This record gives sequence, structure tokens and C-alpha cells, in this order.
Amino acid sequence: MLIRPCPDLRENDVTDHALYVDRRRFLAGAAAVGTVLGAGRGLRAATSDDTPTPFEAVTTYNNYYEFGTAKEDPAVTAPGRLKTAPWSVAVDGECAKPGTIGLEDLIKPHKVEDRIYRLRCVEGWSMVIPWRGVQLSEVLKRFEPTSKAKYVEFTTLADREQMPGLRVPVLDWPYVEGLRLDEAVNPLTLLATGLYGKDLLPQNGAPLRLVVPWKYGFKSIKSIVRIRFTESQPLNSWQKYNRREYGFYSNVNPDVDHPRWSQANERRIGEFRRRPTLMFNGYGDQVAAMYAGMDLKANF
Amino acid sequence: MRWLKPAVFALSLLPLVWLGWQAAFGSLGVNPVETLNRTLGDWALRFLLLALAVTPVRQWTHWAPLARLRRMMGLFAFFYVCLHLASYVGVDLFFDWAALWKDVVKRTYITLGMGCFVLLLPLALTSTDGMIRRLGGRAWRKLHKLVFPAAILGVAHFWLMVKADIREPVVYALVLAVLLGWRMRTFVRAPQRA
Ligand code: HEM
Repeated sequence: MLIRPCPDLRENDVTDHALYVDRRRFLAGAAAVGTVLGAGRGLRAATSDDTPTPFEAVTTYNNYYEFGTAKEDPAVTAPGRLKTAPWSVAVDGECAKPGTIGLEDLIKPHKVEDRIYRLRCVEGWSMVIPWRGVQLSEVLKRFEPTSKAKYVEFTTLADREQMPGLRVPVLDWPYVEGLRLDEAVNPLTLLATGLYGKDLLPQNGAPLRLVVPWKYGFKSIKSIVRIRFTESQPLNSWQKYNRREYGFYSNVNPDVDHPRWSQANERRIGEFRRRPTLMFNGYGDQVAAMYAGMDLKANF
Repeated sequence: MRWLKPAVFALSLLPLVWLGWQAAFGSLGVNPVETLNRTLGDWALRFLLLALAVTPVRQWTHWAPLARLRRMMGLFAFFYVCLHLASYVGVDLFFDWAALWKDVVKRTYITLGMGCFVLLLPLALTSTDGMIRRLGGRAWRKLHKLVFPAAILGVAHFWLMVKADIREPVVYALVLAVLLGWRMRTFVRAPQRA
């Protein structure tokens, strides 16, 4: 189980040491390439080594297309542009108590926790991130979803003034994501407000984002302005963009490849060699039961 | 014009020197393996298009010395392709040949990249004066027409690789279209010289 509080994790220790190790590993690897051409073997065995990814990497290597499609873009364009206060979230749809609620009031009643989760991007890289946030199930309960509520749809802010990426029609803005209700209230699902013990930075989806650690990273929608309970399955942005390549579930699954690349392994940021990808990103114990009897190849 | 070739040669090595510098000082960014591989791929494609640009630019500017750069540009394209492939096989896959073969068979963009490489290989091997003489000018020129499908495959390889934002490959495709269009034009006007 990879839920653990990390009150004593000092960010500077982690960052400096990890960067140092990472650089040495890369150099050692580069040297090895020069000398042992052809001598290599397959992937190394799975390790349980889940050292948090350096803060520097987590906050400068981001997919947040509203602020540009290059990984380096959001860290440059989002700070100073994204206005995170005041912030409110509209909650509506199939629930007894809809309403628009300020960020403070949304979070305050709940226990803020620190949780370290693996994050696996659909592109084949991964990180380990110490998030801070509240369990989504607790928050959703307050709005009293009705028996018609089968899914939860989330929407990201879409404001041309703040988000230069919106001028490029890469995706159909605003960005939309969705979960089945049981996925949304799974104890693992986090509504994050921070990482590394600090408030989220704009490039990481400030001030409020989803974290669904057993699904590909694009499910963990950023800068949420709307939460809607629905009866029918929401059409998430990437599925809308390309149904053949991106599904609704998007569970991390080493046995179901993306049509254009393998999902069998991943590069953990800061590591030199690829490592095998784990089913449900290693969270099978907590989530596999939700998909019992489902064809995960058809429901990718 | 004695300086032209050495100067362009030195310039063409700069991307590699810069990459080596960044690798040595750990400044290839958060995902150094990806940065390395992609930068090498970028330069492979750029040199391939530069090689294709030499003749049109020379005809357009009437600056004859440019002709001497064509072979060098082509060979630098091949050089960066080799490094790109080596970084993929050696650094990214860590010599997992089975994984490479699976990629080549299964991943369309890798199949196309490999196709481009396979077309460029005989061109690089027959680029010496000796080989040109041995093949004879006509056969050599015919063989080296392979550079056109190779360039198309190279651009297609890039295009099919990107996730959603195709602006960059579109730029390469437009440049290639202009370079191929130029040849179509001369082909239509003067078929005997094509
Ligand atoms: C020989 C077989 C080849 C293989 C196995 C190969 C493999 C790859 C891989 C794995 C990527 C990066 C994918 C990623 O980071 O997600 C890539 C990108 C690229 N490759 Fe290749 N490639 C090959 C040949 C070529 C050739 C011949 C060219 C050009 C003439 C080329 C140009 C590029 C370009 C421009 C990119 C994109 C770089 C960017 O994103 O900026 N590749 N290739």
C-alpha cells in the first residue's frame, strides 16, 4: 500500500540528492554505451524503489496543454498568468445539493492528508509525487449525489486571457475528464491542493486538481472549475480527440498498448533504464475489484 | 571559397558538440534520454532537408560553390540518423534487440523511420568518388533518387510520432513540399534535364 504521510520529508534533501544521483546514473550509462555496445540485456527486474521525484522535475516537466504543448511550457507560461485566487467550483448535475462553492469552503471541512503516489503518463514516463489533498469521496458526499448519479464529470478552467494554449485548437477546450462514481469515491482518489507540502504551483494544476494514481496521468485533471454528477458516461477530452487511441477508463495496463507505442514499460524520471509498468500502476489491491469481469482490452 | 566546406563542416558538428556538452554537465533536462534522442532526430531530418535544398538554392541564387555542400549535407543527415538510431537502441532500449524488432514491426512511426534509414544506407555507402565512378553517373543518379522517398518517410515518421500537436511536423512537411515542388516544376518545364 503506497499511502503514507510524509511530514518529515524535507524537500531540499530529496531534491539535491536525487538530482545528484540522477546525473551520475546518466553519465555512467552514457559511458557504458560507449564501451559495451551490443552487450546489453533486457529490462531490469521490477524494483520497489519509489523515491519521490525531485521537486524541480515535478514542477518543470508538465503536460498542461492550456499553457503550451511542450513539457517545459507550463512552468514558464502558467505562473503569473493563472489566477488561482479567488477560486470557486460549480457542483451540479444529479445531486441534491448543487451549488457554487469557494475553494476554502470546499476543502476546509475535510482532513488534509499527504500521500505519495506513483504517476504514470500515457506517454511512457513516470514520477513519484508527494501530494497533499483531501479524499474525493468525502467531498462528493456533501453534495448528496442521487441514485441517478453514475459518473462524475470534471472540467478545467478555459480562459483565453489566462491560458495562451487555448489559441491553438489542439484539443476541444475546455478540458473534460470523468470517472465512474465508484472510481471517484475509491479511497485512493485524491482532490489535491498541494505537493511537497506546499500549495500546488500553476503548472501542476493549481489550485485544485484530481489525482487518480491507477490511471494514466491525463485522467488527473487540473485546475478544476466544475464537478458534475451525470447518469451517462462523460466524453473525456482525449477520447473525443481520438477514440481509437484513448478510452474512458485509461487504467494503467502493461498488457494493452497504445496503438502507436508500447505500455509495457516506462521511464521513471531520474532513472536511466526503463522499468516494467505495473498493472493498475501497482494499485491493483485497492482497485482491481472495481473491474472484475470487465474486458480491459475493450474498455481501455 | 576554400573556407566554405570546412566552415560548414564545423557548423554541422555544433548540434552534436552542444548535446555532448549538455550531457556532460547534466543539463539535458528532466528527461535526458528523450531530449537526446529527439534532438538527434530533429537534426537528422533538418540535414536531410538541407541536402535537398542545396540544388534549388544553387539554381535560384546561381551560386555554384553550393554544389560542393550537397554530399556533406547528405552525409551529415545520415550521421545524425545513425546517432539517433544508436541513442534509441543503446540508450533508450538499452540494447533490447527484441524490443527494437517489435517496435519496427508494430509501431508504424518506427517502421517508417526504419524505412527511411534503409533507403539512406545505400546512398551513404555509394557517396564516395570511387563509388560514383564505379556505378557510373547515370546509375548513381538514379539510385540517389531514393533520397526523395526517404525524406517523405522521415517526415511521416515524425508526423505519426506526435501525440496531438502536429504544428512542428507540418512545418517540415511544408518545407519538403516546396523542395519537391521545385523539382516538379523543372521536371514539367524541361523533362530532358530531370
Ligand atoms: C532508424 C530507425 C529509426 C528509429 C528506430 C527511430 C526512432 C525514433 C523514436 C523512438 C523517436 C522518439 C519517440 C519519442 O520520444 O516518443 C523518434 C523521433 C524522431 N525521429 Fe526517429 N527513428 C528512426 C529513424 C529516423 C530517421 C531516418 C529520421 C530522419 C531523417 C528520424 C527523425 C526523427 C524526428 C525528427 C523525430 C522527432 C523528434 C522530436 O520530437 O522533436 N528518425 N524516432
